[in-house]
Amino acid sequence: MGRLLATLLLAVVMLSGVAAADDWRVPLPKVPAAKGEQCVRDTPFMRTNHMDLLLHQRDDTVHRGIRPKKTAFNECLTCHAVPGVDGKPVTAKDPKHFCRACHDYAAVSIDCFSCHNSAPDASEVARK
Amino acid sequence: MTFIKAPDCETLPQGSRRHFLKGLIAAGAMALAPGVTLYKFAEAAETGVSGAVRWGMLIDINKCDDGCSACVTACSKENGWKGAGNTRTDSQWIRKVTLTNKSSGHKKSLPVMCQHCSEPPCVYVCPTGASFKRADGIVLVDKHICIGCRYCMMACPYKARSFVHEDVEGQKPHAPRGKGTVESCTLCVHRIDAGRQPACVEACEKDGGGAFIFGDLNDPESGIAKALAQYGGTAIRADLGADPGVRYLGI
Repeated sequence: MGRLLATLLLAVVMLSGVAAADDWRVPLPKVPAAKGEQCVRDTPFMRTNHMDLLLHQRDDTVHRGIRPKKTAFNECLTCHAVPGVDGKPVTAKDPKHFCRACHDYAAVSIDCFSCHNSAPDASEVARK
Repeated sequence: MTFIKAPDCETLPQGSRRHFLKGLIAAGAMALAPGVTLYKFAEAAETGVSGAVRWGMLIDINKCDDGCSACVTACSKENGWKGAGNTRTDSQWIRKVTLTNKSSGHKKSLPVMCQHCSEPPCVYVCPTGASFKRADGIVLVDKHICIGCRYCMMACPYKARSFVHEDVEGQKPHAPRGKGTVESCTLCVHRIDAGRQPACVEACEKDGGGAFIFGDLNDPESGIAKALAQYGGTAIRADLGADPGVRYLGI
């Protein structure tokens, strides 16, 4: 009887293990889809180095006045906007916000949005 | 994997040999085509701002009405700063000041904002390098490295800077601002980089008396340089030797 129970238990564990392997052993962050086909660089590069790009671009813009539209912060927010219940892009207060999806998961705090608006400005002037 | 080199002292705008050479090239271009400002703007968008330019403003206070605050309203709207109800500490990038001549009682109103000094006291006292002067003479706060110590506010003889005391939401993308940092007039740097005039200048032209002349102080063919050569101009507290880029007529 004990042996049967042990076999059953092992089977259950193995089955559940197989089921989990289809998915992943740990929950992964749900990264919201972005607009457009291609980011400024490929996805693996952006995942690892987006912070370096942001840092480099911020110094170029603030100190040297170099403002390429492609790498503007507002453009990041525009492509990666996540619509809320009202259809408007959510701010960083919402856990669905693109940046928060991963940063919450990795427990890495960012302070970008204490000064920058976390929702895109879609006006023509802002996107020039 | 490609690593991105963090900007170091070598690549920062001030005092770099590369920028000095670039300035010489820009100066040559200007000599060939004086007054063609679009060329300068186009160059700035690609390679960074040039030290050959120095932006400034000349304000004719005889054209500035006492009751008009079109420049203040336009600045607030453009850059998204507004009062949080604390009149003593609310941000004020530009304000109207009334001057009274004590002997005659004559009163005159004029706008005061960051004077964009060529020898800016706020830059000299900043312990982190957050307060800095761009190559084209615009004095700014890099809020990424501002620690909110407010030394610059004490050093500024024009009371031009404000400290943000409250959380801010709904900022304009071109004018990020947040609690714990110092801010002031940016001369609408985002507009200048796009080849446009500051919001206050445009608003005064449209809704006010047209008191502002904006332009390149270094270009003898620019409207501002010509007006200064013809009529002169007063810097407020010129005795301090900060050499402001904002000058006034009629003080």
